Amino acid sequence: MKIGVCISKTPETTSRISFKNNMTEFDTEGVSFIMNPYDEWYALVRALELKESGVGSEVIIIHVGGKENEAIIRKALAIGADRALRYDTAPDDALKVAHQIADAVRKEGISLLFLGKETIDYNGAEVAAMVAELLDWPFASFVNKIDVQDSKATVRREIEGGTETAEMELPLVISASKDLAQQRIPNMRGIMMAKRKPIDVLDAVDSPLRTKIQLFELPQEKTGVTMVDPEDMDHLVRLLHEEAKVI
Amino acid sequence: MSVIVFIESKNSAFKKADFEAVSYAKRLADQLEQSCTCLVIGSDVSSARVLGVYGADRVVCIQHEALKAFDGQLYTSAIAQAYSAYEGQVLILLHSSTGKTLAGRLAVKLEAGLVSGANGLPDISQGFVVPKLVFSGKAIAKVELLSDHKIISLMSNTLAPEELGSAVEASSFEPQLAASGLRVIDRSTQTGTVPLPEAERVVSAGRGLKGPENWGIIEELAEVLGATTACSRPVADADWRPHHEHVGQTGIAIRPNLYIAIGISGAIQHLAGVNNSKVIVVINKDPEAPFFKAADYGVCGDLFEVVPRLIQSIKKLKGTH
Repeated sequence: MKIGVCISKTPETTSRISFKNNMTEFDTEGVSFIMNPYDEWYALVRALELKESGVGSEVIIIHVGGKENEAIIRKALAIGADRALRYDTAPDDALKVAHQIADAVRKEGISLLFLGKETIDYNGAEVAAMVAELLDWPFASFVNKIDVQDSKATVRREIEGGTETAEMELPLVISASKDLAQQRIPNMRGIMMAKRKPIDVLDAVDSPLRTKIQLFELPQEKTGVTMVDPEDMDHLVRLLHEEAKVI
Repeated sequence: MSVIVFIESKNSAFKKADFEAVSYAKRLADQLEQSCTCLVIGSDVSSARVLGVYGADRVVCIQHEALKAFDGQLYTSAIAQAYSAYEGQVLILLHSSTGKTLAGRLAVKLEAGLVSGANGLPDISQGFVVPKLVFSGKAIAKVELLSDHKIISLMSNTLAPEELGSAVEASSFEPQLAASGLRVIDRSTQTGTVPLPEAERVVSAGRGLKGPENWGIIEELAEVLGATTACSRPVADADWRPHHEHVGQTGIAIRPNLYIAIGISGAIQHLAGVNNSKVIVVINKDPEAPFFKAADYGVCGDLFEVVPRLIQSIKKLKGTH
């Protein structure tokens, strides 16, 4: 059984966020990029564990983005994936990304597909559900535990205010939440082997454009903190009640 | 045409976030001069009448045996059928676990543009432009929806629920559905408290508490405030508190009206999950704690003295002491 893992590139968490061209475009100047943590720490590692336990035959990385992102793909290969597909187009629209991934799944005959639950930049959590619908597959979202036996998966998913464990049929799309696996650091042998693993470059498939970011704005800065005497909590309560009106 | 809002009810009960979504849909429907139709799964028709109070012109309970468990494929099919039957043009869902699981699917199925995580009403003066938070709340993107059909998933605490109408008779709708391929084995939910993403008030604590045995004062403060408890990542990683309480970049992102951070230094990864809270109070003994820069109110002192004092002051305000 082939297992697919989708990885995306996001700004490092501590990056300063700014915009250019009259606030219409994210300014990548001086921003360092990383593999999206949910993809790297949880989705990829659990896929590798399933392969190691004999459930999967191969772990294939799927990435949508330009050649400049190959360092991130190499890292995924160094952590242990077998090979990669890169769709050579900008990942600037969730539906467009979903169409590329669905194309890869069909071409490769993948039957278990992992994605991170969201990217830490646009936080949309859109792509996994879109891929599932394009493929007409079931989708287990926000999964923090998965075991696979034959054509069935047992998944524990985060629901509102708790968790639910369910049995679902393969093929299946999984969005990975925290605790699905333990982060793995690539070792020297992995890094050397990754250099020889193939990255196939594919042309983008078509997707209808239905959304467009017009403009970015930065939220209003906090006007400054009001410090309250630690001896006088009546004063804090009064401020919260009368000024902030939150209690 | 109508603005459709989807609500998932648990045992015919509704939450504040549901009413927020209905009021949001009604206000958008008024702007577009359309009616507001509320689709509900999980409620009987008599309980669903209340949704009219918050602005639904029509309430429709989608009812089918196969919708007892949450199967995204069947939910999507059921909602899409009702959306077409009631001539939807815009679909509103909550940006909750359920909403996020369905929104992308419905966008494909209805050939609709999607804005997920909207934090305000659309601007329809030129096109149809919806604001959403991006980069973990460090920026706002104005997203234009170009397609005829449109889907918005709405962050909780975006607009307060408003009594925009009165209770209406609800009707029922039975979709055509295949059998589910999913079997629920076990479910565990916290009871009694409001889930973190929807909570209006959150009391959160970090390593400054020194150990899990000291959480009594945090729980008591949360109780007197009617707040939900949360914690920082190191605390969850050390198993002092359950993981579902972890707020921050890799935990749950929240935006309550009041966030009280106790003994949390305010690392950027933590701030990313909480910086959209309306009012932030920081209690920390370290005057250099970075969290003070993101706070509205700060108390620099020993939390083991400050928190009990704060509890007494709140009790005094509420006249229960």
